[in-house]
Amino acid sequence: MADAVEIVGIARRFGSVQALAGIDLTVEQGEFFGLLGPNGAGKTTLISILAGLTRADRGIARILGHDVVSDYRQARRALGVVPQELVFDPFFSVRETLRIQSGYFGLRHNDAWIDELLHHLDLTSKADANMRALSGGMKRRVLVGQALVHKPPVIVLDEPTAGVDVELRQSLWGFIRKLNRDGHTIILTTHYLEEAEALCGRIAMMKAGRIVALDTTRNLLSRFVGLTVRLSAARLPDAWKGRLARSEGAVHYLGLETYGELEGLLSALRTENIAIDELTLAGTDLEQVFLRIMAGSATTDEAQAPAAVPEA
Amino acid sequence: MERTGMTSAGSAGPHEAAYSGFATLLYKELLRFWKVSFQTIAAPVLTALLYLLIFSHVLESRVTVFNGQVRYTAFLVPGLVMMAVLQNSFANASSSLIQSKITGNLIFVLLPPLSPLDMYGAYVLGAMVRGLVVGLGVFAVTLGFVPALIDLAHPLWAAAFALLGSAILATLGLIAGIWSDKFDELAAFQNFLIMPLTFLSGVFYSIHTLPPFWQVLSHFNPFFYMIDGFRYGFFGLSDVPPGRSLALVAAAALVLALVALTMLARGWKLRH
Ligand SMILES: Nc1ncnc2c1ncn2[C@@H]1O[C@H](COP(=O)(O)OP(=O)(O)OP(=O)(O)O)[C@@H](O)[C@H]1O
Ligand SMILES: [Mg+2]
Repeated sequence: MADAVEIVGIARRFGSVQALAGIDLTVEQGEFFGLLGPNGAGKTTLISILAGLTRADRGIARILGHDVVSDYRQARRALGVVPQELVFDPFFSVRETLRIQSGYFGLRHNDAWIDELLHHLDLTSKADANMRALSGGMKRRVLVGQALVHKPPVIVLDEPTAGVDVELRQSLWGFIRKLNRDGHTIILTTHYLEEAEALCGRIAMMKAGRIVALDTTRNLLSRFVGLTVRLSAARLPDAWKGRLARSEGAVHYLGLETYGELEGLLSALRTENIAIDELTLAGTDLEQVFLRIMAGSATTDEAQAPAAVPEA
Repeated sequence: MERTGMTSAGSAGPHEAAYSGFATLLYKELLRFWKVSFQTIAAPVLTALLYLLIFSHVLESRVTVFNGQVRYTAFLVPGLVMMAVLQNSFANASSSLIQSKITGNLIFVLLPPLSPLDMYGAYVLGAMVRGLVVGLGVFAVTLGFVPALIDLAHPLWAAAFALLGSAILATLGLIAGIWSDKFDELAAFQNFLIMPLTFLSGVFYSIHTLPPFWQVLSHFNPFFYMIDGFRYGFFGLSDVPPGRSLALVAAAALVLALVALTMLARGWKLRH
């Protein structure tokens, strides 16, 4: 069985920016895969190369075994992409947009599936509205529909929930999950890490054009066992400054291995006469894993070994 | 096929048609201008009518063409028809492309498995239809002033030049749309290339009335052959033999088509 997506040594430079610096990645059929990374990490560039919107400087990309350059017709037929940018054609209604998109993929008489898409995307009442008359969230849902008109086996969603309200986000994910259960491979980028944590079986984290972590969501979460302390205080004890994960003004996030360490922290605060304004504890979540991986750079090697053994 | 069994795809209903991608893009291109036909068809017909009224009124009694064998107003009509065909073919392809590029919705055409030939064919044919519809509109309206023109000397020659001329300008429009990143770059292409070549092509005059230097220069203007050949279809009279014009125009159409197809195949300015 061919891999859903196979990326080998893909690199791309824009002027002085090395947007992708050699990406190797394989996504198997049926996976729900997350591609995470800060702004400018190269996620959209990588997706654009898969979609044939951008050419790689070097490397190979295949969709279900079809090279995205030399066998672009089969590759594109197998791929559905929800672009990050909110784009639409103001000349057409929602239904016209979906019909035209079906036609581009060689599909005539696709209305049964279009109706189903409109229903799942809660757009049935807007079917005959002009695209201009839709709200931003509605336009984004039409983009999702356009990506799915040809029932692509591999679906790539570049921040599909940006600007979509909470309720619809839930129903959109319900729909995408159903597609995944039906066998569609899903690749997702999002900045909502709790979404990725809840949905994705495996996650790649990108930074500056490289994959810096690649593992199952479960392993990533267990990679950093322990706790995070959220501490509001004017400053930190000197001995604890090295444990800082990040700060937001007077709010400091510290990583702890065990509850026992909490005692040491409290006594250090007492010794240095630092007043605690607020202190909360949290278990590991993907956001903390993400922040720690982004802060460190030693993780690069692990990226080469998929499904790495958790460090715990 | 890897798809089988993997997906809920293709279970029922829609069937794939080999040329559907091309046909849909063509349909979309036609629908696009048809939805705003007041601006894309009616307006240029009116413009051509104004040209006819003004120029024929001012020049009818002063200008002799083809040694007086043809009235100036009658002479002017094929020029105006062809000018409308050329300008609107160019405008349709170029504005469709640049609008899609600037608004970003060109991605809808770039993501599907459309081949360079599909894209070339659809954009060019769509633009040709717009140009020819406007041309026919101009012709219909001007018949009110010169009814005798309905009797074309060589209708097939006229049709051949109209088709080739619109194909050339549609292709130029496609190229200009791909090349331009902004509306003002497209406007430059239009104002500094298309407009001068059209106006200096003999729409409003026979080049035999020009000083020798300008006559020679006109022979380097490809638009001149389109209009001169088209006019031959109306009157059986032309400044150069129509066969030569046809060969030159067909060659230009072919070369431009190859240029456009190469640009599309390379993804130049479309796929970064
Ligand atoms: N067409 C382009 N021209 C020049 N630079 C580009 C282009 N596209 C992307 N870049 C650069 O490549 C880098 C990666 O951009 P990319 O859009 O892939 O990031 P991203 O991970 O998708 O970020 P975000 O989370 O903000 O969407 C950035 O530094 C960006 O400025
Ligand atoms: Mg992006």
